[in-house]
Amino acid sequence: MLHAELVPLRVKVNGEWRELEVEPRLLLVDLLRDRLDLTGTHVGCDTSYCGACTVLLNGRSVKSCTMFAAQAHDAEITTVEGLASDDELHPLQKAFAENHGLQCGYCTPGLLLSAADLLSRNPNPSDAQIRKAIAGNTCRCTGYQNILKAIRAAAAALAPR
Amino acid sequence: MFPPSFRYRRAGSLAEAVALLAELGPEAKAIAGGQSLIPLMKLRLARPAALVDLNFVSGLSGIERKDGVLRLGALARHGEIAAAAPASRIPIVQDCAEGIADVQVRNRGTIGGSLAEADPSSDWGAVLLALEGEVLVAGPAGDRSIPLDRFVLDAFTTALRPGELVREVAVKLPPKRSGGAYLAFKRSAPVYATASVAVQLTLGEDDACLDARIVAGCVGLVALRLPAAEAELRRKPVASRSIEAAAEAAMAAIDPPADLRGSSAYKRLLVGALLKRAAAAAVRRARGESVEVSHEYVAR
Repeated sequence: MLHAELVPLRVKVNGEWRELEVEPRLLLVDLLRDRLDLTGTHVGCDTSYCGACTVLLNGRSVKSCTMFAAQAHDAEITTVEGLASDDELHPLQKAFAENHGLQCGYCTPGLLLSAADLLSRNPNPSDAQIRKAIAGNTCRCTGYQNILKAIRAAAAALAPR
Repeated sequence: MFPPSFRYRRAGSLAEAVALLAELGPEAKAIAGGQSLIPLMKLRLARPAALVDLNFVSGLSGIERKDGVLRLGALARHGEIAAAAPASRIPIVQDCAEGIADVQVRNRGTIGGSLAEADPSSDWGAVLLALEGEVLVAGPAGDRSIPLDRFVLDAFTTALRPGELVREVAVKLPPKRSGGAYLAFKRSAPVYATASVAVQLTLGEDDACLDARIVAGCVGLVALRLPAAEAELRRKPVASRSIEAAAEAAMAAIDPPADLRGSSAYKRLLVGALLKRAAAAAVRRARGESVEVSHEYVAR
């Protein structure tokens, strides 16, 4: 049995730098949920399929169940808790609520961050592009149509007037 | 789910990574995107005693075109390759890069890691075989270059010696009037394809096929080059009849293993259908048309 040695980790989570020591096998999602108490990031399949654990790593969506926390050294992580500012929901969150883009809500944090990655690269995506962008996020309630609608609405809300 | 304990080292340079792997011994593994390795470790199917993390090595993710060669750094992420201007001259590379798994996996997974793992269902394995790519590796004895057909030896087995790492993948830019396409069929975005076909062909001025390279993926222990199918196209005018014959030859040449993704007979038919569509797209591209193809997994 190997002695678990700790690795120093400096990571910016939702705008705040954190310095801590982690066991190398600690997954990023477990760092967020168990060490930093950011339980908005969910674990669904735990096998890199469902996308419930999606967070942004330096602005790009990744599955946090398939990355070690130690690998996020010097990186910026955005979780669903980092989307809203003060009491104001993020336009994506608003659009999901207004368009019934969720039912049970379990997959929603991951879908929001996948959508955030998409809109950061492509502010005006086609339906086909939205479908492809959320293909790594499984939702068992909605049938996706309202999620599509919500992302379209968020894109419109975010568009410069 | 968490994997067994392991020692972890961040390499700051390729030289350091090579030194660390030598120091940590044969039970150590390099980790790049980790999109296959981490799930395998969580399932206890892989239990490396130590990981050398390549993600902090700078200068290993370049994507550039120079002197007629496209060079892809080992750490280039699939998503970066899909969006990179230098890769756009070889559409088949983009077909592959933008369809692997899903966005999240493409943001993290790397071409070098995919090749080093040598999964029989790897997309890159099929495409790079069709492009006759070369793999540049770094190791304790220095760098060496290995053609792709001698790099992937068997399922999950490469020509990498202990302590060696993929450094770069090099692909010669196809000649004028050359076109290629890669089509993979999968049941949903995050899963491996059920079958895939890569076609790269070159047309003469009279529209005769000067050269054709055809590879089937996911239907053997390694990606399979299909010379019998290529012979049906080569030195003949491109026509639906020769493409049909190539598909028949491909289906006769393969013996896909049945598994949860489909029966042997189903996969054979799938390869025939994918080949026809990939060849048709390759011909149109060779003629200068812009055609969009990639992995398919949703009803349209």
